[in-house]
Amino acid sequence: MEERLTRNAARNIFYGSTAVCLTIFVALVAQSHWYMVNSSTAKSPLTESVAEGKRIWTERACANCHTILGEGSYFAPELGNVWLRYGGDTDAQAARDGLKGWFQAQPSGVEGRRQMPQFHLSDQEMDEVIDFLKWTSEINTQSWPPNLAG
Amino acid sequence: MKYQSQSVALYYFYGALVLFLVQVSAGLLAGTVYILPNLLSETVPFSIIKMVHTNALIVWLLMGFMGSTFYLLPEEAERELYSAKLALGQFWLFMIGALAAVVGYLFGIHDGDKFLEQPVPIKLAIVVVCLMFLFNCTMTMIKGRRTAIANILMLGLWFAVLLFLFAFVTPSNIAIDKLYRWWVVHLWVEATWELILAAILAFLMIKMTGVDREVIDKWLYIVISLTLISGLIGTGHHYFWIGAPAYWQWLGSIFSALEIVPPFALVIFCFSMVWRGRRDHPNQAALLWALGCSVLTFFGAGVWGFLHTLSPINYYTHGTQITVSHGHLAFYGAYVMVNIAMFTYALPYLLGRHPFNQRINMWGFWVTSSAVVFMTVTLTFAGVVQVQLQRVMGQSYMEVQDQLVLFYQMRLGAGIFVVLGTILILYSLMAVPKRAAVQPA
Repeated sequence: MEERLTRNAARNIFYGSTAVCLTIFVALVAQSHWYMVNSSTAKSPLTESVAEGKRIWTERACANCHTILGEGSYFAPELGNVWLRYGGDTDAQAARDGLKGWFQAQPSGVEGRRQMPQFHLSDQEMDEVIDFLKWTSEINTQSWPPNLAG
Repeated sequence: MKYQSQSVALYYFYGALVLFLVQVSAGLLAGTVYILPNLLSETVPFSIIKMVHTNALIVWLLMGFMGSTFYLLPEEAERELYSAKLALGQFWLFMIGALAAVVGYLFGIHDGDKFLEQPVPIKLAIVVVCLMFLFNCTMTMIKGRRTAIANILMLGLWFAVLLFLFAFVTPSNIAIDKLYRWWVVHLWVEATWELILAAILAFLMIKMTGVDREVIDKWLYIVISLTLISGLIGTGHHYFWIGAPAYWQWLGSIFSALEIVPPFALVIFCFSMVWRGRRDHPNQAALLWALGCSVLTFFGAGVWGFLHTLSPINYYTHGTQITVSHGHLAFYGAYVMVNIAMFTYALPYLLGRHPFNQRINMWGFWVTSSAVVFMTVTLTFAGVVQVQLQRVMGQSYMEVQDQLVLFYQMRLGAGIFVVLGTILILYSLMAVPKRAAVQPA
């Protein structure tokens, strides 16, 4: 190999293959972007409230304990489908009330149980976060997670 | 030390080591909260501890890369740095920015997704630091001798910085947000940082084995070609379940499965160079770290990555303790170890001494590496149990977590040894014995 493959040839292989793979990758991501905006996340409109909920999600660093669509941290439950776990697809109002009750009850203070901070969200902010979680649960995720447990 | 301006690397190395200790201490605390969940829950919640843990890691690795570059570049370019003063100013801006970010986190000032929680002013400061750095290094390079190692290192650094700009992209659509978040996180650790890693290891191989540069350069190009062929489209393994098209399950699986090849090539490369060089370099500790780095990169990034990268498997393991186990060994094996290898190699030269504290350093190597490996295995078992109970049988998250306590206890035990090992490493590198032999200039 060493006689046949010169350093310059190896360098050309590197730049050539990188350029090809990078082009393919960027093109596919562009197509994916289009698909995600127009198809997989298009079930419900991305309202102002959903956007605000996502902003709160980020600002409060929810993903430093929880996962969402499997990404984040692994200290607390998956929230991509929490809306469905609370039965939001059958009784939206009950799910909303249930989640709000949960937010307000934190931290539980139960000894030996993981604690979620109290974020002092206003009623409107809670609604926005819940709208965001509901919207996220409607993304076509290739049927992930395998079950409601998330 | 051949060039005066290389000495700025000292600041970066020591700064990185201090943040290394912050990182593992926060990790130990986070591991403790898993066992004692009420600990600090009202003052410093888990989310903040974890944020300090991951951010300190990334910042110290970057600081280490920058220091390594400032050390390596003058020798490669055969000239002084373009501006040592700029490099020093950059260090203080970076260090103060990093500490301000950490203090800010403790007071709940943060913004952004995992790994990218820095508030926008801190993110902007990072960009300024990076621009100072790239300007300084690029000017040094174009005015001096150009080598493959310097080229590849700078290519990796330039792209790493360009990709960081995607950290400013935070669309309201969380799926799109995730699509581009991986342009920072994945394309850092599985593409651009690997160029940096390969270039640093190649530099160490040239210096420590005495093998011909021609041979090493060729290997370097082969390793990084394999890295980017597999790693770029391999980003697709993050696109399985975030709302991206189904074809990523094929592309992501196939290409990221190939990601096991470049670290394997890296192992062959390092060991064959050392074998071929047949030279007894006095700095045995640095050699140990460099070889260990290739081996644990292979296991952490390669084997543990492959374990859960195929989409039918990832469907069950995604976001479980399996992910956590891979994350720990991959970051340690690749990026922690390459930095410590470089620090161990360069510090004696920077201080004008013969290699010092070699035994303690090697103890640090074995204690820390064994502990991280043990932690990884423990978390892997936790992950397997979690997958079975939660993903297959459908038990609720917290119910399952309660059954993993034994694994978390063992992980905490491993964490204690990681911190002890880190202290050994820090001591061996920072506490220079007064009687250490002076090396003739």
